[in-house]
Amino acid sequence: MTEPISPELFSHLVSLAALELSNQESEYLRQQLNNQLKAINELADIPLDPNIPPALHGIQYSPAFRPPIRGDFWQPSELADSILEQAPEVEERFIIVPDIPHQDLE
Amino acid sequence: MELCDYPAYQLVGMIRRKQVSAVEVLESALKRIGEVDGCPGQLDGNNQIEPDKIHSFITLTPERARSQAQKVDHAIAAGEDPGGLAGVPFTTKDIYCVKDTLTTAGSRILSNFTSPYTATPIERIEAQGGVLLGKVNQDEFAYGSSSESSAFLPTPRNPWNTDCVPGGSSGGSTAAVAVGEGCFSIGTDTAGSIRQPAAFCGVIGVKPTYSRVSRYGLIAFGSSLDCPGPITRNVQDAALVLRIISGADPKDSTAANLSVPNYLSELQTPIRGMRIGLSPDYFKITYLDAQSGEIQQEDIPAIMKDAVYRAAGRLAEMGADIVEDVPMQQTRYGIPAYFVISRVEAASNLHRFDGVKYGYRTRQAVSDVHEMYRKSRAEGFGLQPKLRILMGMYVSAAQYSEQYYLRALRVRTLIRQDFNEIFDPKGKYRLKALLTPTTPTTAFRMGDIYGDSVLMQYADQLTVPANHAGIPGISIPAGFDLQGLPIGVQLLGNDFAESELLRIAYAYEKVTEEDEWRTRKPPILTK
Repeated sequence: MTEPISPELFSHLVSLAALELSNQESEYLRQQLNNQLKAINELADIPLDPNIPPALHGIQYSPAFRPPIRGDFWQPSELADSILEQAPEVEERFIIVPDIPHQDLE
Repeated sequence: MELCDYPAYQLVGMIRRKQVSAVEVLESALKRIGEVDGCPGQLDGNNQIEPDKIHSFITLTPERARSQAQKVDHAIAAGEDPGGLAGVPFTTKDIYCVKDTLTTAGSRILSNFTSPYTATPIERIEAQGGVLLGKVNQDEFAYGSSSESSAFLPTPRNPWNTDCVPGGSSGGSTAAVAVGEGCFSIGTDTAGSIRQPAAFCGVIGVKPTYSRVSRYGLIAFGSSLDCPGPITRNVQDAALVLRIISGADPKDSTAANLSVPNYLSELQTPIRGMRIGLSPDYFKITYLDAQSGEIQQEDIPAIMKDAVYRAAGRLAEMGADIVEDVPMQQTRYGIPAYFVISRVEAASNLHRFDGVKYGYRTRQAVSDVHEMYRKSRAEGFGLQPKLRILMGMYVSAAQYSEQYYLRALRVRTLIRQDFNEIFDPKGKYRLKALLTPTTPTTAFRMGDIYGDSVLMQYADQLTVPANHAGIPGISIPAGFDLQGLPIGVQLLGNDFAESELLRIAYAYEKVTEEDEWRTRKPPILTK
């Protein structure tokens, strides 16, 4: 049986995921993905009435308990310094990253 | 019995009456940790070290805890209200941000992250005088059912048999609670990650209704599924802690704007006349056989089923009406739907970890920012996050999302409909709760399943439907198997029916309190 996730498709997924993998990792992960897909394919056999809607949450957010939308106003925060302290590289309160490749938009 | 073995609800009274100080209680818990826990999990640690210890922790915070305990004692001396959890030692899964503590989620990619703020559930506990002992180990980003995927080794072990897993992903939490390393712990449940390890470790685990407890400050896994909840050794403590962590939160727009009942006082209401269902669909498991590639169905072990029937019998003694043969036909689809929904949400949530703003950044030379992203993520994530990201990418891709993601969301609606029907007060069944096994088996041995991501996922088959449906569930101890490993049974209820579930759990705890199995202690405590 053809595996749904071929080595080529797998490489594309790795690129989308912004990952780099060793050969050993790739072999294991691709095999696990294909095993999981076999389990997932059980979904295809479930009879689904066309009127069954998708559920983004299990519970229904009724107006009785849906929180009101928070006011959109400026609030001071004292966390700026401690947040900046977590950055791997900072210079004059700017977070430093390696070069960002530029591409001219057509 | 040491101070750390007392229930939280008793300790609060003893501390308030100055029979004992918060500092004395804390020192008792720290002593216990010193006796049974062994070395905490660390990056590149040795998983074989001290195999007879529990290894619950990643980070211990004894000085922070001493300061909190002293504050409680000073408040009492000054005649001030020390709070509803005054001096009660607790732990939290390392997936919760706690200000100025290392917050790793069990991952190398967050191994250097010190949180600048505190998660709402933990903040509420500390505001009520709770004393945080430290942060406990878990599966990496909560991706697993055994706690073996943590990047911090050694991973936690089961206190009833240290060759076995404690379950997961909140395995550090449940192992810690089982041996008195704190009265309670706060875990998270995305597919069963509170209830399954609670069952494996012989403690109580509550997965509240989705939205009952704020997720602010919780490192996200599946944002439509994640539920913070308490893990305790008795039902009264579960009621006490749940009340404190529940309620609306301006920092989480999905937290329900509903008043919170006094779960503790409501425990005393008898359960007479409450209808409790048993479903044949929870006495079998459906799984993919890796060898044949076929879907198999088999009965769960008789000892697990018998535990549920025994519990039902005891609840009937207390006046509950037991309703058999309740159909829950969509139960078997919980795992396939979860494989899709949770992966899409996990992949989305993991994209923020890129080596830019916080967490791990590669030390290798890189040519540009994209290479930095790739190398940081490749080095920072373990296999389980990588697996989830890749599957999330696949099933949500434009050409597959109709076939997989949208279909899984519609199957979720079917799963929800099963519960709507059985809890409908005007329906055929009119249940207050469904009583099921929590897990298909008792705790498995370390290394037996880890690595087989499909089989591992099926450990959650009986717990994940509640996450899809958003409803509350609670796992309670219900005896032991022939190997001396705990068996848990699960109560599932309607939206926001935590009080009813806790009442049933409490009734069961009372009616079985003289049973022989209630007197057993984890062997590690008797060494």
